[in-house]
Amino acid sequence: MSDEKKDLSIRGINKRFGEVRAVDDVSLEVPAGEFFTLLGPSGCGKTTLLRIIAGLEMPDSGKILLGSEDITTFPATRRQVNTVFQSYALFPHLTVYENVAFGLRSRKFPAKEIDQRVSRRLEILGLEEMGQRRPDQLSGGQKQRVALARALVNEPDVLLLDEPMSALDAKLRAQVQVELRRLQQKLGGTFILVTHDQDEALIVSDRIAVMRDGRVMQAGTPEEVYDLPETQFVAEFLGAANLLSGHIKEGGIETDIGFLKLEKMPAWSKGTVAIRPEWIRIRDQQPETNGIQARIREVIYRGTDFDLWLDPGPIRVRTNTYKRFKTGDKIWLELAPEELVVLNG
Amino acid sequence: MNRSHPLITALAMCTMGFLYLPLLAVAVFSVNATKYGLVWRGFTLNWYVKLFSNELILNAAWNTLVLAVISTIIATILGTILAIGMDRFPWSGGTNTTLDLILHLPVVIPDIILAASLVIAFGLLRLVFSIFEPGLINMIIGHITFQVAFVALVVRSRLVSLGSDVEEAARDLFASTPYLLWRVTLPLLLPGIVAGGMLAFTLSLDDFVISFFTAGPDSVTLPLYIFAAVRRGVTPQIHALSTLVLLITIVMVVGTERLTRRSAKK
Repeated sequence: MSDEKKDLSIRGINKRFGEVRAVDDVSLEVPAGEFFTLLGPSGCGKTTLLRIIAGLEMPDSGKILLGSEDITTFPATRRQVNTVFQSYALFPHLTVYENVAFGLRSRKFPAKEIDQRVSRRLEILGLEEMGQRRPDQLSGGQKQRVALARALVNEPDVLLLDEPMSALDAKLRAQVQVELRRLQQKLGGTFILVTHDQDEALIVSDRIAVMRDGRVMQAGTPEEVYDLPETQFVAEFLGAANLLSGHIKEGGIETDIGFLKLEKMPAWSKGTVAIRPEWIRIRDQQPETNGIQARIREVIYRGTDFDLWLDPGPIRVRTNTYKRFKTGDKIWLELAPEELVVLNG
Repeated sequence: MNRSHPLITALAMCTMGFLYLPLLAVAVFSVNATKYGLVWRGFTLNWYVKLFSNELILNAAWNTLVLAVISTIIATILGTILAIGMDRFPWSGGTNTTLDLILHLPVVIPDIILAASLVIAFGLLRLVFSIFEPGLINMIIGHITFQVAFVALVVRSRLVSLGSDVEEAARDLFASTPYLLWRVTLPLLLPGIVAGGMLAFTLSLDDFVISFFTAGPDSVTLPLYIFAAVRRGVTPQIHALSTLVLLITIVMVVGTERLTRRSAKK
């Protein structure tokens, strides 16, 4: 992208729409070259935050810095930031080539440079043959790539992606996610993605900020937010989680299903233990630590694996074992102390 | 789809007949080779030929065309600007509702009221500027006043259906306001602008009331000529003239309809 690496710094951004706090005191640091994802349910403020970064929305308070420059008051036209819109927002009256060239032509780049840059982007995104088509002659995946090319041709310091996969079918989406990740690594620019799809966030991101009600609940690498959620919301939003409330005691936590030894003691005295269904191991005999005896209440076939719903509980275990379980079977569970996370509250 | 009762279908057919039979009759009599009476005496295009050798009618046709073209061009430009201004400027909710109402009013206000108020307005202006004597200029201004609202409404519905996404994308891609308008907004609005203009043209072509109140002795238009002629007795020439005006109107309306439907689909 541009030669100089510019970090994006979001400081104390607030935005209200009437009574609704769309963005509530959000601060984030996105180093140059990072693939950063804003993840959250609809209405959590992630798109508003993205639009504020793009300059399409002005914050009520707070600052946005790109490199050392304060761009808070800059209109969208002055920011080296480009967006891939959820609807793609391609210009329907222009060809693919003209769409991609738009950002260069509007800034009166010399024709020769425009042609070079546009052709290169079209090539990178596999659109060489599509240059003279119009958007309504393209498939969903092609439109998305045109939208990407149109933004990337400007070599922005930050590329913003507003749910760019939501219009694609599941199979294509999985493929595009990997391609997007590769593209970002190849070009080395800062990408900020907005999505409500936790799998997508985990696949593509260097870091994820999980948002809810306008606030950032937790930010970290995919491993951090998935393995070490801090709150129940984050634990449940990023995939399935068994949640057991209890009181902290010496060396562990007393829950409804018994005492569980913990490796890392939390700073709080009450809490909820979270454990992912796929982390619970099934044993034939009582394990040494954190063994729980349970009875299978229900077996759910999921294709590649089974979900077992157990009593006491409800505890959910995900297993890909070849051993078939039946409703009513008694099994031992091992909840490894190092994999138990105590959530605050 | 529900199959409707035969009676309802019959009623609908009757209504259509009620609407179109008189028009059809005018068209039929315009090619009837008899000057008086309602008897069919054979096909002729004689009345049309005579029409085009009638100095008065040709003059009225010319006036009508000049009036319609000039007023339509100005009204289309003003209406488009009005629509863009109303839709793209961040008015507060209350202001927006008021503007909406103001825009719809000229559409529903009876022409006669508008005409009467124009007479008063021009009367006052005449005290200061002599160009506001009854005549073509007054008629053009009068036509523009009611055309603008129709153009703005058509263009605005196109603007609303376009949404703001594409314009935001253009801004995101560094487009200044003039560049945005010229390269994105106006090209995308074009079907709406043309449809609005065609509607305005049709309205001007057919207008009688406003023209009647604002016309001078030298600015007789076709509707005014037909009105005057009919009072002296309906001649087949008038039938021919009416049929021509009707045909032009139909072509314009169908064209408008097609354009708006195509833009709605996009």
